[in-house]
Amino acid sequence: MRLSEPRLLIDINHVAVLGGIEERGGALRIGALARHSEVGASPLVARLAPLVHQAIPHIAHPAIRNRGTFGGSLAHADPAAELPACAVALDAVLLLASRRGERKVAARDFFRGIYATALAPDEIVTAIEIPPAPAGGRSVFLELARRRGDYAIAGLAAAARPGDLRLVFFGVGDRPIEAKAATAALQREPAAGRVAAAQAALARDLDPPGDLQADGATKLHLARVLLGRAAAALAA
Amino acid sequence: MSETVEIRLTVNGEAVTRRVAARQNLVDFLREDLGLTGTRAGCEHGVCGACTLRVDGAIVRGCLLFAAQLDGARVETIEGLSDSGEIAVLQAAFHERNALQCGFCTAGMLITAAELLARGGVPSRAEIRDFLSGNYCRCTGYHAIVDAVEAAARTRAGNGPP
Ligand SMILES: Cc1cc2nc3c(=O)[nH]c(=O)nc-3n(C[C@H](O)[C@H](O)[C@H](O)COP(=O)(O)OP(=O)(O)OC[C@H]3O[C@@H](n4cnc5c(N)ncnc54)[C@H](O)[C@@H]3O)c2cc1C
Ligand code: FES
Ligand code: FES
Repeated sequence: MRLSEPRLLIDINHVAVLGGIEERGGALRIGALARHSEVGASPLVARLAPLVHQAIPHIAHPAIRNRGTFGGSLAHADPAAELPACAVALDAVLLLASRRGERKVAARDFFRGIYATALAPDEIVTAIEIPPAPAGGRSVFLELARRRGDYAIAGLAAAARPGDLRLVFFGVGDRPIEAKAATAALQREPAAGRVAAAQAALARDLDPPGDLQADGATKLHLARVLLGRAAAALAA
Repeated sequence: MSETVEIRLTVNGEAVTRRVAARQNLVDFLREDLGLTGTRAGCEHGVCGACTLRVDGAIVRGCLLFAAQLDGARVETIEGLSDSGEIAVLQAAFHERNALQCGFCTAGMLITAAELLARGGVPSRAEIRDFLSGNYCRCTGYHAIVDAVEAAARTRAGNGPP
């Protein structure tokens, strides 16, 4: 279709140092070229980043997961993608490299808008580092999609650790969105009215634009449904 | 990008060396340059599954790969899998259950189902549907296809219908 006519296209698939999944000092390091299927099957990921393990089956279909990469998904920064939301919820750090050198950018500062990131034109993602899951940590990954494997209409990556809760929504804005007002309501209110208060507060966190799948009001409603389910799962 | 790139790869076990346009995708390369027309191009953006084939042992979308990326790769298409007999049980089950009409989706369905069956055991119908969810069929509907995959799994596991 020639929608794009790049003068140069670089295939990084054979750059071995960009691959691999390993534990370094308790933290999980996932190479940019790790395929979704490899990440989903990794016992290390299941143990150190259960949220990511839960998210992978929601990404498209087997033939897509055999090829799509962790770094590619983050660099692509689709607002409805699963992994960017997980990266923000888990306080992950992206390792970027160019001929000028290397730098680290926190996931929450990396995503700048629809398909827009902190990457400079000459930079690539080399790996992502996820801090160790704390003892007593819990995670819940939920999404609503019309068909199996579709991009989410609305999704939620939730990571709870003692004294700290992260609720990161995706598919409901131009990037993964941390729902701070809803989180505060969940932590502040007495148990009885907690979930309803958080669902009400979610309107201060999210103002979803409509897309081909649903209008903004429907997306906000679905995000509230997911919040209710996640709160129930985390309390269980 | 009008450059060409030389690639050496194996396709269905045979060594192939060709010079390809940098922008040519794998499906077009197989169909136009090698005459292997069993692999279909439907949507050409990864959604429909008609172009599903194997690269280095794993199923992928042929429409999302450039031929130029495949230097050193091992490609298997429906032609190779038919000739080797690897998917004969699946093919017989599709035939018996009328799991195809126009056949446009069939190569992709068979190759995807083969990866599921290679995991062993008899998957549940929900697992079959989940695994095939990225393969669209526009005429047969999915019921007969799920039936056929289930039947093939049972045959392979050495037990007939329940
Ligand atoms: C049919 C279909 C359904 C899909 N459904 C989903 C879904 O439900 N959820 C989901 O999250 N994703 C989905 N995807 C996306 C897919 O899972 C991949 O994550 C995504 O396409 C990125 O693929 P890739 O890693 O091959 O990167 P590419 O497609 O090769 O690259 C994507 C972009 O990122 C850049 N890039 C890639 N790697 C790097 C790097 N290391 N450093 C800097 N820039 C880089 C490229 O230049 C390009 O701009 C779907 C894709 C298809 C085709
Ligand atoms: S042609 Fe490749 S998925 Fe549709
Ligand atoms: S048999 Fe025609 S598309 Fe499936």
